[in-house]
Formats: sequence, C-alpha cells, structure tokens
Amino acid sequence: MAAYILKRILWMIPVLLGITVISFAVMKTAPGDPISLVTDLNPNMNEETIKRLRQHYGLDQPVYVQYFKWLRNMAVLDFGRSFASDNRPVIDKIAERIPITLLISLLSMMVIMAVAIPIGIKSAVEQNSLFDKGTTVFVFLGFAMPTFWLALLLMILFGVKLEWLPISGIRSLNFKDLSFAGQILDVARHLVLPIFVSAFGGLAGMSRYMRSNMLEVVRQDYITTARAKGLDERTVIYKHALRNALLPVITLLGLSIPGLIGGSVIFETIFAIPGMGQLFFQSVMMRDYPTVMGILVIGAVLTLLGNLFADVFYSVADPRIRVSG
Amino acid sequence: MTIFGDFIQRLVKNRMAMAGLVVVAIFFAVALSANYLAPYPPDDIDTTNILADPSRAHWLGTDVLGRDVLSRIIHGAGVSLSVGFVAVGISTLIGVLLGAVSGYYGGAVDKTVMRFVDVMLCFPSFFLILAVIAFIGPSIWNIMIVIGVTSWMGVTRLVRAEFLSLRERDFVQAAVSQGAGDLRIIFLHILPNAMAPVLVAATLGVASAVLVESSLSFLGIGVQPPDPSWGNMLTEGKDNIEIAWWLSVFPGCAILITVMGYNLLGEGIRDSLDPRLKR
Repeated sequence: MAAYILKRILWMIPVLLGITVISFAVMKTAPGDPISLVTDLNPNMNEETIKRLRQHYGLDQPVYVQYFKWLRNMAVLDFGRSFASDNRPVIDKIAERIPITLLISLLSMMVIMAVAIPIGIKSAVEQNSLFDKGTTVFVFLGFAMPTFWLALLLMILFGVKLEWLPISGIRSLNFKDLSFAGQILDVARHLVLPIFVSAFGGLAGMSRYMRSNMLEVVRQDYITTARAKGLDERTVIYKHALRNALLPVITLLGLSIPGLIGGSVIFETIFAIPGMGQLFFQSVMMRDYPTVMGILVIGAVLTLLGNLFADVFYSVADPRIRVSG
Repeated sequence: MTIFGDFIQRLVKNRMAMAGLVVVAIFFAVALSANYLAPYPPDDIDTTNILADPSRAHWLGTDVLGRDVLSRIIHGAGVSLSVGFVAVGISTLIGVLLGAVSGYYGGAVDKTVMRFVDVMLCFPSFFLILAVIAFIGPSIWNIMIVIGVTSWMGVTRLVRAEFLSLRERDFVQAAVSQGAGDLRIIFLHILPNAMAPVLVAATLGVASAVLVESSLSFLGIGVQPPDPSWGNMLTEGKDNIEIAWWLSVFPGCAILITVMGYNLLGEGIRDSLDPRLKR
C-alpha cells in the first residue's frame, strides 16, 4: 500500500516539472514585455530606466535562467506580485479565491454522484425501457449544451421571470443583517444555479459511464452465480454488481476535476462569483501575467492532487490494484 | 461483404447515427449556401428596427443594431463549422503522429510521450486556451490552432492503444520479413487499420471544438463582432436579457443542435464499428 502511494508520488514529480515548463511557455507567448505595460505610454521613461526595470525583473537574462528563477520562487509559493493596480502578492489573491471554487467543484461532484449513479443503475437494469431511452436523450442534451447558454437560460427563467433565485454574487446586500442560519441559507441560494450549471455536463457523462459499467458488470459470471444462489435481485444489483461497477467511476471523478475548474471561468463570470475562474478571466484580460501563471500552475497542481487522491482511494477500494500496481 | 461495406450497412441501420448525419449535413449545406440562403445580409444595420420581436419580416427577431438574427445565425454556421474542422484536423494530425510513434516504438519514446500527455491533461484546457488566445490575439486562425493544440491527447492515447495491439499481428510480421522499413509499416500497414476510433474521436472532436469556440466568442475572446458567431450573438443576448429573449435563445439552439448532431453521429459510428455485436 505504502509502496503504491510512493510510486504514484514519484510519478508526479516529472509531471509537476512538465506543468511548470508548459505554464512558463504559455507566459512567453505573450507579445511584448511584461513591463511594456508600464513603459510604453509613460513619458517619464528613458533608456536607462527601462534597462534597470528589465534587470530588476530579470528580463534581460536568457530564457532558461528566467525559468529556473521562476521555478525556485514557485517552490516557496512566491508567485510574485500582481500587475493589477492593487499589486498584492499573487499567492494571496489566489488563496482567497480557491475556497469558493473548490467548494462549488466539490458540491458539483457530490451532486453528480448523487444523481448520475442512480440514473445509470436504473437505465442499465431496465435497459431499453422508456426511462433508459429518456435518459439517453437527456444525456445527449447534456453533452451538447453550452454551459454559458444553460446559465443564461436559467438566469432568464429563475432570475428574471420567476425571481426565485438570486443571479449574481454569493451574498445578498443585506447579508450582514441576517442571522447565522439566514446567512448560510443566503449563500446556499446563491450557489444553487452555479452548482447546477457546473454539474450539468458532468452529470450526462457520468450517468452514461455508470450505465455502461453496470451493463458490463451484470454480464459477468459472478452475477450469474449470485442469481443461481437464489439471492433476490436487489441484493444482486446493489450489493454485488454495484460495488464492482462503482470503482472506475471514482477515477472518472478525479479526471473530471480539470473540467470543473476550467468550467468555473464561465459560470463564475456569468454569475459574478468571486472564485478562481473569475480571477483568471480578469487577469487574462488585464494582462496580469503573474496571476495568470500562478492560477495555471495551481489549477494543474490541484488536478494532480485530485488524481492522486482518486488513485489512492481506488487502491483502497480495490485490492487487486495494490497487488498488481 | 467487405468490412467497409459492413460498417456502412450497420451505420445506416443505426437511427441515432442517421439522425446525427442529417443534422450535420443540413448545417453543412446551410454554411456553404449562407450567402444565398440568408434573407438579409448579416451586417445589414437597421437602426430603426433594433431589438425587434420575431415577426414575419424577421423570423427570429433583430439584434441591437437591427440586424436579422436568422441571417446572422446562418452565417455563423460557417464560422463555427470551419473552426471545428480545422481544429480537429490539427489535433488529429498531432494525435495520430504522436500515438503512432509512441505505440510502434515503445520504450523510452513511449514513456516520454505518455508523460507529456499526462502533463497536458493536468491543465484545465479552457484556462490554457483562454490565456494563449488572449495573449496572441483572437483571430480565427489562432483559435483553430490553439484548440487543435490542446485537444490531441485523447487521439494520441487511442492511436497508441491500437498500435500496441496491431503491432504484434501477422501482417506486420509479414511486412517486416519482406524488408519493409518502419515508416512504411507505420503509415501503409498499421495506420489504415487503426483509423476507426480516430474517426469517432474526430467527429466528437468537432462537437467539442464548436462548444469551445462559442464559449470563447461569448467571453469576447473568440470571433470578434461584427463577424457573426453564435457565441458572440449570445453575449448580446446576455446584455439584453430582460428585453430580448430571442437573442439568448436562438443562437444557443443552433449550437445545441449542431453539437448534438455531431455527437449522435460520432456515437453512431462508434456503435457501428464495435466488433461486439450486442443484439
């Protein structure tokens, strides 16, 4: 068990390095210097100042030197200071945004699991029934729906026409006046639409995956054995088949993390949620390179950690993995 | 019955795939004949008629500058589809090359390529695409290239898997014993047999590329106005959400139907190619 985890962590190191290389390469695609924003339109600039600025930021050195400097800083979580007007350390800006995005992602995953798994089971057990055909249509809609369009439609329906749910931010204006329970309810109401939008696409994929897994498992010999033993269908499905079908689903959840984080750009921008995605979008538009880089790296690392966690969890759940590893 | 003929026969019987094919074909035709089909020019500004409800004159209403929504949707089809096709072309090319080399040679080459794939898969791809396009400028070519360069990983894995299994087959041994060089074996012998899952991935990839392009355009970093793209039409829709519902609904429907068409077709092809006949 420990050996397996160690192996996985060792695998992570070159991947981590690769992540930093790609992130650095992305930053270098930006035209002009990061300092050109400061120097271009400033009448007080002269050659001497520009050269000193360059030296200060290390931009006069060859690319690989810049990369290693950046890498060394990153190892102590120093992502530099934001180019935005507030000039705060990037790591602070990201750290205050991560919780909200993570919260929404985790809740989305829970929603996906809670809804997709039963749907998948039922469609597999009642293959080709009306339920199965109906959910297949729903799944295809889910795959084809652009998330921002879904968000727009929900905004129109729930926010404008019905006015049941708030459509922006995570707190109402009178947040401070509410009781503790009221505050929790307020945040919850604000999160309903974002979570739904975030989970929608994943729902479709997961229920389909669950369905095909169950279909495969149900054809196995040990299921026939269970039935032959005289066990009732409930036990056969929920005790024997489900356990085996569920395992790959865990891995899939881990693999859906980058999708959830990437998707956060859209629904956070639309619903004005102060999370990582919104910060990323704003930073990109403002050419705030340090923040962009920081979020790219952190986003990738979060994915890596999520996969690691899923793998370890999987190895706990399935002893065969530990042995063959 | 040849394998190809068999495939076509199964494909035709698959109602899902046929539905998808019809949708795909219709949008293709619409995109190609945009100039003849659209009732108005897409940039026909008519400030006397802004944000008009759907009517007999304008079936899907007008937008903030009085342009006919239906015509802009028709022209937008060409944009979305061309982005989809070129992006998928690029990603398929990269994926096939990397996958073939990785699967055929194995060893260190394989490990390196797979490591690279793992690294790329760690990034939320939308973040990458967003950042690079915002930096290098939102031209249509840039969009196609960036989407292509961030979606090759799945194809690579598929092709590699096919190569790993096909490499051991007799016809490869026969080619080797006849003195065929590596390149010849890869491209003339193994690759044609490995294309089936690539076809599925490519079809589904077009759907995904259309979604990404529309998301980018929606955020303002894709196709720039006044060029019509379903995504940037929805930006207008968002800004006028309370007074012009048609601007938010119809372009979105176009995206939905197109993407569904490609998904159905892709899934249908996958089912028709499946050697396990699940009757």
